[in-house]
Amino acid sequence: MRMDFKYLKEYLGWLYYQYLLITGIYVLEPWEKSIFNSVLFSSMAMVIYASYAFVPVHVRLALKFFSGICGEQPERTMALIN
Amino acid sequence: MTESSANKPANGQVCHRVKNGVKPGRNGFIKNHHHYHHQQPMYCYPEDKVQHTACNGSSSLGLYSRPFIESFEETPMLVAVLTYMGYGILTIFGYLRDFLRDWKIERCHIAREREEQRDFVPLYQDFENFYTRNLYMRIRDSWNRPICSVPGAKVDLVERVSPDYNWTFDYTGKVVEGVINMGSYNYLGFAENTGYCADASAEVTMKYGVGVASTRQEMGNLDRHEEMEELVAKFLGVESAMAFGMGFATNSMNIPALTGKGCLILSDELNHASLVLGARLSGSTIRVFKHNNMQSLEKMLRDAIVHGQPRTHRPWKKILILVEGIYSMEGSIVRLPEVIALKKRYRAYLYLDEAHSIGALGPGGRGVVDYFGLDPRDVDVMMGTFTKSFGAAGGYIGGRKELMEYLRSHSHSAVYAASMSPPVVEQIIASMKCIMGEDGTTLGRDRVQQLAENTLYFRRRLTEMGFIIYGNNDSPVVPMMLYMPAKIGAFGREMLKRNIGVVVVGFPATPIIESRARFCISAAHTKDMLDTALSVISEVGDLLQVKYSRQKRLPSLD
Ligand SMILES: Cc1ncc(COP(=O)(O)O)c(C=O)c1O
Repeated sequence: MRMDFKYLKEYLGWLYYQYLLITGIYVLEPWEKSIFNSVLFSSMAMVIYASYAFVPVHVRLALKFFSGICGEQPERTMALIN
Repeated sequence: MTESSANKPANGQVCHRVKNGVKPGRNGFIKNHHHYHHQQPMYCYPEDKVQHTACNGSSSLGLYSRPFIESFEETPMLVAVLTYMGYGILTIFGYLRDFLRDWKIERCHIAREREEQRDFVPLYQDFENFYTRNLYMRIRDSWNRPICSVPGAKVDLVERVSPDYNWTFDYTGKVVEGVINMGSYNYLGFAENTGYCADASAEVTMKYGVGVASTRQEMGNLDRHEEMEELVAKFLGVESAMAFGMGFATNSMNIPALTGKGCLILSDELNHASLVLGARLSGSTIRVFKHNNMQSLEKMLRDAIVHGQPRTHRPWKKILILVEGIYSMEGSIVRLPEVIALKKRYRAYLYLDEAHSIGALGPGGRGVVDYFGLDPRDVDVMMGTFTKSFGAAGGYIGGRKELMEYLRSHSHSAVYAASMSPPVVEQIIASMKCIMGEDGTTLGRDRVQQLAENTLYFRRRLTEMGFIIYGNNDSPVVPMMLYMPAKIGAFGREMLKRNIGVVVVGFPATPIIESRARFCISAAHTKDMLDTALSVISEVGDLLQVKYSRQKRLPSLD
């Protein structure tokens, strides 16, 4: 259990290091790093929250709309025939 | 754009079969040369072959007496995108810092526009200044490291720390000892403070002093100088040679003496700054051909001959081709046999800068001409420096006697420069005699061989580890691609932590996304040192994830 935890920690450290290198913020000063991280994470959090909060509603509306288009058609034709 | 547009292959002859992100080669070849026709299928390789043999090595019919294997693996797309992204992020933070400095929220440590000169032309606003201020400064600790010993195979560094993120450095008073030096152009290991060459120089210092503070044409001409020039001429296999106190000035002051208005200079795009400066100072028209691309060169030569000078259409007075032996950033070797064939066909002159190749290439250490087994008389101007392989300083020019006599009276650096310091001259004489075997030993030849072996071994191992390595297989300059801006700094620091000194190179010296580390192999490196260095490079390569190569290679046995 302890070993697992240590590995996980090491792995996360490695992952963070790669993140630093790829984004280039490895060379920045700590305060700049924290600005970058907070901007990135807050915008990501907002995106995730937004998708959680609004996407289901939109999907439901869209479904309704499309079923409206596709579903109603036969009914009307039926009515006409009648 | 995953490579600088200038490097795109512009030839129809190379088979464009791109597989595994590898293109067969980015160099062109002379068209319609009869030797090439029956070898055409050589250009189309089965897809997992990476390297690209320019000409059949086994065929004595070809221009090349040995296989010419040079590879420039394409930048992986994802890496290129991430690199641009990294530069984008750093640029945003650069603007932020500039903004803070402008509003005096943060202290500015670097030169800037002065208040009194507000309406003058701005001095510090172009991109290079922005880059220096906001990107280079942050990783400056990987460059200009002060040393305190001979820069031989191992070197001692002065330890320094920066309290303010590289704006200033403090010396701790400690010395980092025994750092393996992978950064010096010490190809043959003549950078020594003991041994035959050092003793000879010391003796000459006692006898002649350190300099005569006069030019060669006045009181500065010593017997040592004349002896050195004769020796250089003999070493190069040319009629006559002359030497200058500075390699850079050899190029930048002699090219203007050779060409002028109404002449055309065809210059390789990756030529050294000294050649570029010389070409510009000469006032000739300059046209730049693609790096080592013979098709591009031939096209320019043809155009120059067909169309002549612009507007007047008079023929050019002279056409001078400027090339280097080994290109110090790409590790490529000039396609000299093809250049010479072209030069002969179109009656142009050839100026060959052997700064890195003299001593380092060829079975006798006599540079690219020796490497390809050509006749030195086919090259009109043989230029080179003593700064690299010979462990001295200065440059030389070799060629025909009339040319040397002309240069002696017309070149600025021959007329005005102070003559070379006798101990330096002695170092050149001693090391050159050693390479030629005139000291009665085989030490010089052993060094040349050792360098060739070290180079092959080092390059092979790095390629097997999966790094992207540029250049020719026989070139002792080994560029290893890093690409991302943060990795430049990280690589230099991590290597130094593990006691290896390396040179990392970024923009201005390379295209912006092609940042790299450059190793220079020396004959002074022992197998142990190379193995240590290689294992550390592999370790750091894993840590930084710079093993970008996507070619599958089977490690060879041994
Ligand atoms: C191709 C080339 N030419 C000329 C020079 C200048 O030589 P020096 O350092 O002796 O002035 C260099 C040096 O870096 C070089 O690489």
